[in-house]
Amino acid sequence: MSARALRAASAAVLLLSSPAGAATLAVRAKTLHTVAGQPIRDGIVVVRDGKIVAVGPAARTSTPAGAEVLEAAVVVPGLVDAHTVVGLSGILNQPHDQDQLERSEPVQPELRAIDAYNARDELVAWVRSFGVTTIHAGHAPGALVSGQTLIAKTRGNTVDRAVIVPEAMVATTFGESAMHADREKGKAPGTRSKAVAMLRQELVQAREYAAKRASEDPAKRPERSLRQDALERVLARELPLLVTAERHQDILSVLRVAREFEIRVVLDGAAEAHLVLDEIRAAGVPVLPHPPMQRAWGEMENATMELAARLDAARIPFAFQSGFESYVPKTRVLLFEAAIGAANGLGPERALAAATIEAARILGVEERVGSIEVGKDGDLALYDGDPFEYTTHCIGVVIEGERFPGETH
Amino acid sequence: MRRIATVALLTVALPATSAQDAPQAFVGARLITITHGEIESGVLVVHRGKIVAAGKRSAVEIPRGATRHDGTGKVILPGLVDTHSHIGGGWAADGSAPIQPGVRVLDSIDVRDAGFQRAQAGGITTVNVMPGSGHLLSGQTVYLKTRDANTIEELAIRGADGRILGGMKMANGTNSRRDPPFPGTRGKSAALVREAFVAAQAYREKLARGSDPDKKPDRDLGLEALLEVLDGTRIVHHHTHRHDDIVTVLRLQKEFGFRVVLHHVSEGWKVADEIAAAGVGSSVIVVDSPGGKLEARDLLLETGAVMERAGAKVAFHTDDWITDSRLFLRSAALAVRAGMSRDGALRALTLAPAEMIDLGDRLGSLDAGKDADFVVLDGDPLSAYAKVLETWVDGAEVFDRHDPQDRLWAVGGYGAGEPRAGPLCCFGEEGWE
Repeated sequence: MSARALRAASAAVLLLSSPAGAATLAVRAKTLHTVAGQPIRDGIVVVRDGKIVAVGPAARTSTPAGAEVLEAAVVVPGLVDAHTVVGLSGILNQPHDQDQLERSEPVQPELRAIDAYNARDELVAWVRSFGVTTIHAGHAPGALVSGQTLIAKTRGNTVDRAVIVPEAMVATTFGESAMHADREKGKAPGTRSKAVAMLRQELVQAREYAAKRASEDPAKRPERSLRQDALERVLARELPLLVTAERHQDILSVLRVAREFEIRVVLDGAAEAHLVLDEIRAAGVPVLPHPPMQRAWGEMENATMELAARLDAARIPFAFQSGFESYVPKTRVLLFEAAIGAANGLGPERALAAATIEAARILGVEERVGSIEVGKDGDLALYDGDPFEYTTHCIGVVIEGERFPGETH
Repeated sequence: MRRIATVALLTVALPATSAQDAPQAFVGARLITITHGEIESGVLVVHRGKIVAAGKRSAVEIPRGATRHDGTGKVILPGLVDTHSHIGGGWAADGSAPIQPGVRVLDSIDVRDAGFQRAQAGGITTVNVMPGSGHLLSGQTVYLKTRDANTIEELAIRGADGRILGGMKMANGTNSRRDPPFPGTRGKSAALVREAFVAAQAYREKLARGSDPDKKPDRDLGLEALLEVLDGTRIVHHHTHRHDDIVTVLRLQKEFGFRVVLHHVSEGWKVADEIAAAGVGSSVIVVDSPGGKLEARDLLLETGAVMERAGAKVAFHTDDWITDSRLFLRSAALAVRAGMSRDGALRALTLAPAEMIDLGDRLGSLDAGKDADFVVLDGDPLSAYAKVLETWVDGAEVFDRHDPQDRLWAVGGYGAGEPRAGPLCCFGEEGWE
């Protein structure tokens, strides 16, 4: 039997025992980390019709009659991956399953992740099996402006069934990886300054476009431009600019552009953020630090596994992400990355927050996910021990009341 | 560890000398010996680069004049042996041919590469530095200790005859299938390898034709190296992922009789019985997700566990940069997560890989007479929270987490990627003493 068949078979067994839309599910945990307060010893969380309807100590929280009951040593909110390319950058790494980066033009904000997201890619199920229930997925770093991201649950066989926010941010890249592949042939951008100039020009044009589009005289309105529509939403602060920038000078350029256009930005990667913490904090910009295990080479040469702890100490909002991998492993796993952050100065409690509620806040979906509270989505991850220990297992996942298998060893 | 302050110029030799002259005793640590169990509150004594004793406190006499190290609350295990690494940025074969046995990776390694410091920070004391996998045979590998050194010769592990030890890197599957002169199919790949070994056999016959110098063939460095492979003095380290490629390696091994270690072995779980029956070792890669290339699609965290149950000999490797040398312990821990035994997984970081590079008698366990290569941890080696505190090679400390420069290499930060500087790096900055 192939690995895929094994994984599919074990998924099928669990699905059979979990009728779709099971009305009520109760999960009892020796330790229940709600991330909305102190951990609850011997706690229960009740999910009905996809939503959390009760949370509390088992002694004071009743399990509804007829509810299916699951038990685990540790239960946490479903993990929220603050930035990944899962669903766009497929498991095989062959041209047909790689939709994470379009390099035909340096600026293409009109590209939408929802038009490429493959909800059936095996890596979606892979990261879910470790407890990841929500992902902010989109275009990979590598083009100056690469497209619009989405936020999805790691379930559903179609993008429409999976997505909760179809257009979340506009992904951009500053620094060496944003340079055009053909810059030797004179293709722009070929330098940092050129890249920033191009982006500023785009934003200026989009601002003028927006003003003209708002004109009362239809004759004065310009023809619709998908590209400028997307940037107009950035200028209107509807969509943040997600900017991958590793070097300290690139991070400062991001802050400069954000200030000039009064747009919302989220810093991504930020390997050298530890050199400009004061500036980032003053700008009020949240950071999605690179995965702690990301390889420290090239623009990442000054990366530190303690970046999350440094951001936390500086009181800068941050959340963990799995990032983008172009080869092996094809994706990092948020749980594993948060564990390294936990072990390198952050501690397990803050690491769990950075893998759940902090990510939900930066993504703007904290009303639905990120903590175990009444009224939120019934998204849970079940473990047989400390989730961050290497030898612990994820033994099951719940997404809006629907059960999924954990690891299948 | 490097000593950058100029003041260290005068003193750097002293600790090294004393480390050699006075015995060192690590008292009270949990010793993970690999060969004789885990010993709570044990004593490890090392002297002149070798282990003198490792056992219960009641059973080990601490020599007079020994430098004592308090091991309370700490864990000591043998220095980790990485059978497959690319630290030092070495590159052997070029694009001119798919089979280049005469090329040595040792001629291209940067001994100051920060990769060696990261390996020390991860508790790795021995590495098999390999050329890449884009060739059927990309050259000779080299077995190194992770000392701080100025030359590759200082790092090299030597045999009894003084020869620098290493293996031969080979590969099959997709990485070595390229445009001509490289093979385009798996069948062609195997045929080219067989022709190379047949040529080596013919070369050996010519060499054996008597002592007349006129009849001897011209020296051929490549064929000489292949003869070492055929004679079993140079082990083949064979990159291979897919189940059919693994079986092809076993077929060629049987035909020519060379000694081989399978590397990566992503689909080894599908042919674990065949691998066990062939009696060859497997050095397994542990990565966080499958895929990234077609032949790693069915890679599982369970590979180590399945192979262990089948009775195959298992080691792990970093393949640094694929995984990070600083996190090598994690490979074993994830294998335990997926069902491997604790003892088997710890052995797969130490004695098993040492045996796979023919150094099982010198490395890989806390036994008297072996090289004094060991790691001091502040917790269990399979815990995510455990840190490598110290790494010792041949009885000398090469990594100390309390040293700011070493800590930089361990966790990263500004300057962590810079190559290690020599002892004169800071002349003039802090004054000459």
